[in-house]
Amino acid sequence: MKTVRIAAGQGFWGDWLEAPYRQVTGGPVDYLMMDYLAEVTMSILQKQKSRDPSLGYATDFVTQMERILPTVVDRGIRVTANAGGVNPRACAAAVAEAAKGLGFEGKLKIGVVTGDDLLGRLDGLIARGHDLKNLDTGRPLRDVRDRVVSANAYLGAAPVVEALRRDAQVVITGRVTDTGLTLGPLMHAFDWAPDAWDLLAAGTVAGHIIECGAQASGGNTLSDWERIPDLARVGYPIVEARPDGTFDIIKHPRTGGRINVAGVTEQLVYEMGDPRAYITPDGIADFTTIQLAQVRKDRVRVSGVRGKPATDKLKVSIAYFYGYKAVGTLVYAWPDALKKAQAADRILRQRLQDLGLRLEAIHSEFVGANATHGNLALQELDPAQIPEVQLRIGVRAREKEPVDRFTREIAPLILNGPPSVTGFAGGRPKPEEIVAYWPALIDKRMVEPCVELVEA
Amino acid sequence: MRLLDLAHARSGDKGDTANVGLIARKADYYPLLVKQVTAARVARHFKGMITGSVERFELPNLRALNFLLHGALDGGGTISLKTDAQGKVFSTALLRMEIEVRQ
Repeated sequence: MKTVRIAAGQGFWGDWLEAPYRQVTGGPVDYLMMDYLAEVTMSILQKQKSRDPSLGYATDFVTQMERILPTVVDRGIRVTANAGGVNPRACAAAVAEAAKGLGFEGKLKIGVVTGDDLLGRLDGLIARGHDLKNLDTGRPLRDVRDRVVSANAYLGAAPVVEALRRDAQVVITGRVTDTGLTLGPLMHAFDWAPDAWDLLAAGTVAGHIIECGAQASGGNTLSDWERIPDLARVGYPIVEARPDGTFDIIKHPRTGGRINVAGVTEQLVYEMGDPRAYITPDGIADFTTIQLAQVRKDRVRVSGVRGKPATDKLKVSIAYFYGYKAVGTLVYAWPDALKKAQAADRILRQRLQDLGLRLEAIHSEFVGANATHGNLALQELDPAQIPEVQLRIGVRAREKEPVDRFTREIAPLILNGPPSVTGFAGGRPKPEEIVAYWPALIDKRMVEPCVELVEA
Repeated sequence: MRLLDLAHARSGDKGDTANVGLIARKADYYPLLVKQVTAARVARHFKGMITGSVERFELPNLRALNFLLHGALDGGGTISLKTDAQGKVFSTALLRMEIEVRQ
């Protein structure tokens, strides 16, 4: 039976630079899938684009492509990546330029997927009754319309399939779902129909498993973590799929990491909502139907996946300006490290109150005692034994001024607060702009994906 | 017995909600998890750490439970002031729970 291999090359923008090269050179693969876009990434890219219209995409992708293009062209490997961010055309132009520089002029077809960007259409959509209500709060978008930074609909696999059908070797997209970058190649390679719900669900599950890169092959894996071999040379996961929708998760030989049922299960439940309804633009996958089996070492078989028809909505990822925040830290040493940090926190809060700062939130953590597990950790701790504690205090406000003022209140504590304090080498904390996330739904008919081809 | 000895877990975020996927280390342990690690018990476990409700979903095929902890992330994403703004280690906090096992 014909099989198709899709290798995961990046799980987010900032992932291991070595991974794509290792994936295309470490053994046979048909496709390389690279996911760059987290929820906040689009707003960062939009800001870059507003400063320079030739930016707004994941620039790492271009340097990575430059490195792997000789292998990709030589072996006929096809690449799918949502590196285009809010400017897929500029990203494609940069890759085309890099390809020319390597002597691949006329040898590389790049597919560009757009149509997800709704920023310029928001007022028209709102005027026509599309409220773009926040999925969490129910508020209509018009409440924050003047502060919106970016708005992108999540496109599915369909435009990726079209680009592949038109012979694109590299497909660069804007906000295509992480899973669509894997499902697209499978639909194309196996000619799966757009209403073959079980197959589409299987391809979606495959995409979900590899979309976070090494998180499916031993990275960030709790089960028996100390015995996961050679994470220094971890092999990123690869989907080896069959036309019937079953597939194996594998990695290249002579790489580190581990692929077993426990690890793949951890990735399956990552960021999970209702497992019976994993909703994508392409269909709904039912995670309670997934069957996993260890076929042999570092090979897990996935089968049994059932799906349901797609909804008539697309999710929209909107980013809007919210306010400012800053986080300051100080380290307190034994004896009584925790008590000293707690005293410093009380003193600082009193000062903030005395200053009358209009802060929306103050959040204190004692790193080394309760920052990650809260009281669950504190109640099991012997405070006398704690060698050091980092006081980490953050504030948030709608205006910049009170946050600025807060940042001046950390350093004084070194000389005018509790003793045995250190760790201020980083200097005064910097106020940060908060660009917040606004998830919404839109009628699918309002969004028209567009596929263009660019020749290097 | 600690839940840590019976299960492993991974968590992530969706807005202000953290999810914890809890996975039985052995098939025999799954019924114990279903019986004892209820949504109500998890809500009590995280009292003071979350502001919303707890939902539970069962995945017997993966011998796993999925919990949604609403209001766990101080607003979530970029708004949150927490170290664990994306709820990455709520998973291990759940594994501190004590489970009764008949020997």
